[in-house]
Amino acid sequence: MTDPVYVTDALIAEDIDAYLAGHEKKSLLRFITCGSVDDGKSTLIGRLLYDSKMIFEDQLAALEADSKRVGTQGQEIDFALLVDGLAAEREQGITIDVAYRFFTTEKRKFIVADTPGHEQYTRNMVTGASTADLAVILIDARKGVLTQTRRHSFLAHLIGIKHIILAVNKMDLVDYDKAVFDRITLAYRAFASEIGITNFTAIPISGFKGDNITALSDNTPWFKGPALIEHLENVEVGSAADEAKPFRLPVQWVNRPNLDFRGFSGQLASGRVRPGDAVRILPSGKTTTVDRIVTLDGDLDQAVAGQSVTLTLADEVDCSRGDVIAAADAPPEAADQFEATLVWMADEAMIAGRAYWLKLATQSVSATVQAPKYEINVNTLDHLAAKTLELNGIGVVELSTDKPITFEAYADNRTLGGFILIDKLTNATVAAGMLHFSLRRAQNVHWQATDIDRDMRANLKNQRPALLWFTGLSGSGKSTIANLVEKKLHRMNRHSFLLDGDNVRHGLNRDLGFTEADRIENIRRVGEVAKLMSDAGLIVITAFISPFRAEREMVRGMLPEGEFLEIFIDTPLAEAEKRDVKGLYKKARAGQLKNFTGIDSPYEAPENPEIRIDTTAMTPEEAADLIIDRLLG
Amino acid sequence: MSSELTHLDRLEAESIHIMREVMADATKPVMLYSVGKDSAVMLHLARKAFYPSPPPFPLLHVDTTWKFQAMYELRDRMAAESGMELIVYQNPEAKARGINPFDHGPLHTDMWKTEGLKQALDLHGFDVAFGGARRDEEKSRAKERIFSFRTASHGWDPKKQRPELWNLYNARKAKGESIRVFPISNWTELDIWQYIARENIPIVPLYFAAPRPTVERDGLLLMVDDDRFPLKDGEVPVERSVRFRTLGCYPLTGAVESEARTLSEVIQEMLLTTTSERQGRIIDKDGGDASMEKKKQEGYF
Repeated sequence: MTDPVYVTDALIAEDIDAYLAGHEKKSLLRFITCGSVDDGKSTLIGRLLYDSKMIFEDQLAALEADSKRVGTQGQEIDFALLVDGLAAEREQGITIDVAYRFFTTEKRKFIVADTPGHEQYTRNMVTGASTADLAVILIDARKGVLTQTRRHSFLAHLIGIKHIILAVNKMDLVDYDKAVFDRITLAYRAFASEIGITNFTAIPISGFKGDNITALSDNTPWFKGPALIEHLENVEVGSAADEAKPFRLPVQWVNRPNLDFRGFSGQLASGRVRPGDAVRILPSGKTTTVDRIVTLDGDLDQAVAGQSVTLTLADEVDCSRGDVIAAADAPPEAADQFEATLVWMADEAMIAGRAYWLKLATQSVSATVQAPKYEINVNTLDHLAAKTLELNGIGVVELSTDKPITFEAYADNRTLGGFILIDKLTNATVAAGMLHFSLRRAQNVHWQATDIDRDMRANLKNQRPALLWFTGLSGSGKSTIANLVEKKLHRMNRHSFLLDGDNVRHGLNRDLGFTEADRIENIRRVGEVAKLMSDAGLIVITAFISPFRAEREMVRGMLPEGEFLEIFIDTPLAEAEKRDVKGLYKKARAGQLKNFTGIDSPYEAPENPEIRIDTTAMTPEEAADLIIDRLLG
Repeated sequence: MSSELTHLDRLEAESIHIMREVMADATKPVMLYSVGKDSAVMLHLARKAFYPSPPPFPLLHVDTTWKFQAMYELRDRMAAESGMELIVYQNPEAKARGINPFDHGPLHTDMWKTEGLKQALDLHGFDVAFGGARRDEEKSRAKERIFSFRTASHGWDPKKQRPELWNLYNARKAKGESIRVFPISNWTELDIWQYIARENIPIVPLYFAAPRPTVERDGLLLMVDDDRFPLKDGEVPVERSVRFRTLGCYPLTGAVESEARTLSEVIQEMLLTTTSERQGRIIDKDGGDASMEKKKQEGYF
């Protein structure tokens, strides 16, 4: 078979420079392949590499030997072995992660994300799809549309892939029967329109035999095309659509080689920019014009979506990493409350109310997620009630950030609408998210500016507000010491307020229990109350077990720098249990109290508390004096 | 006129974006510089990413003392030209024990490169190291992340890598952990060559064919680059027109017979060749099939 899509060696041999000149102008298409375990995905990719001469003799020799040893195709070449990379996978015969492959035809260069097909790996497919322009959904002609097919299609659509190829594979095993192909295409069309995929291209192929891959096959005279590669080469994708949108450049890095030069480096998320263009810096809203587009190869007269450049501005305006430089007349919005779709990617389930890092373009903020409005069953597409999201769970949530972020809906702009969530303690990437829209309540509930501010209130009381945050095990001595501290402050004419854990649970937080989520909400409310009180100029003292580092850090973040003093009442578990003032440890040990900190619920000790009190080495009186010294000293 | 970016434009923009993104969270980054063609492209991209500033990190060459002479020459020239600090590190233990590729086999790579790299990173406290690895080089690299996390002891756990979505990289790490960042992950060998041609990037002359003294050993053509090469009885260096597709320690790097003296001819030969780039490398084959994956878990780049 001669393949017109691949260059004949003759051209390379005769006129290499002509070949290279042509090759240099090729565009790039990134696509993903998705299929179930036995749909022949790896075989198809192996075939694409093989046909495009991306496989060399030494690799081929290894492949032939491997095929005979562990292959599943008898004496014939098992293309799948080419792409199943890691040792563990080769033994299991499955692909367990996202792998990237490369090949080139006469018109285009391709990057393929090879994503696994089995149940537990939604995470990998979403990852692979996030950078793809097109998805190839593989179906085994003998099996038709399966649950997995629906899942893959849903995920591809969710992540915003506009071009879908339905590759009905293994046509050789159904005698290239047109009726089989038509039946599958029809079934797929019905399902696709249900989830909003309006357009797809169905192609009958055999990855193993090579039918309709690079050229139309004689085995399927009833199929008029296009062949797979032909379609991949011609599908319209990429920058044109992004360039037509308004200009946005998320600032990555401020370039200051000397006092005379201040440039803003970043990659254009959309639109185009020229020197002289009016721009607006977000979130500040300041306007200026672009002075130069600076590169090592000289200044440019224009830059377009996708390019990495450095801009200088006509005026000295504040602009740093995380800001977005945008077209002055069409700036994006900023908001701090959103609805979004989340794909959960960590073994540890989502915790509603916990603060995570949210990274969107070059912005990093602290964000909390509410319990899902609903979870989506990726197989049936039903909306289910859910309290959390587990690994590979997909749900629609509301989330709020601790300060406004500049954004666009994911459907309009992937760069300003796609984000990841990062666990603050383990630093793991726990979720991928896509913003839908900002919530009106954030837009319309403005801060009411009051004439008397917190400094004026504090000055009247002749003190500096502070929050003394006691943390430690139950029975460690928090309440005792906190009480002493407040008595001493009172004697010194300081205005204070002690928020005690047990007391707050009788009123403000009477609706909360002791699950992880409820404990987090408990601390969040106490933090908000403490913040209001410190705005009133008070020295606030709190005594809560507050077992999780993340929540203590959340409260720290609510207050002005330096006003949050974390006081770790460090009493060993054995000692606290021995004292057992309220008899709670005994109950917990007897199994009568669930989720008891130190027994069946963890306590995360502070790593760098402002004050640490070792109760085995000092009396409560001494501890209280030490704390007062640190506060007022 | 269509302003559609070519594949090289898009790869370049992506690599520059990655390098700048590192600067947001890194406290002490470094660029590993091996003097090969991939390093040359990576260095060039770094200069573009931060221009008019010089790249805000030093170059680190983990030396084995067994590189080709021509590599040392280009290394020093490029460091001077880029205005970057060049740190050369040689594992003192390997030096003291006289570890060499002729007598010590796999131990040579392990001590000079794997151990040497770990020592150099620890010594200077680098928390992010740029490397020039590409996903098309080898099977286990096809699954490598762009930001690849290493434990405090430099180990790589393929099951614990973070998912990378869109162009969002999570570069947060705990104390002691470090990150290897591969900004040219998505480039292929042909892209590298084409970019070198387009941007006129200086590379080691060994990539071009020239008459060089060689001996044939275990199916490889080795170049006798200096008088440390122990010739076996009856072995006489023969002058052949050869070039190298990859560069490493000269006793471990096989040459190919070639007449390709220009960049176009080299690319032409590469396109028409029937063996892969790493075929001349001994290192992939020690320890059988999963050898590169095993080396990475041990801390090799």
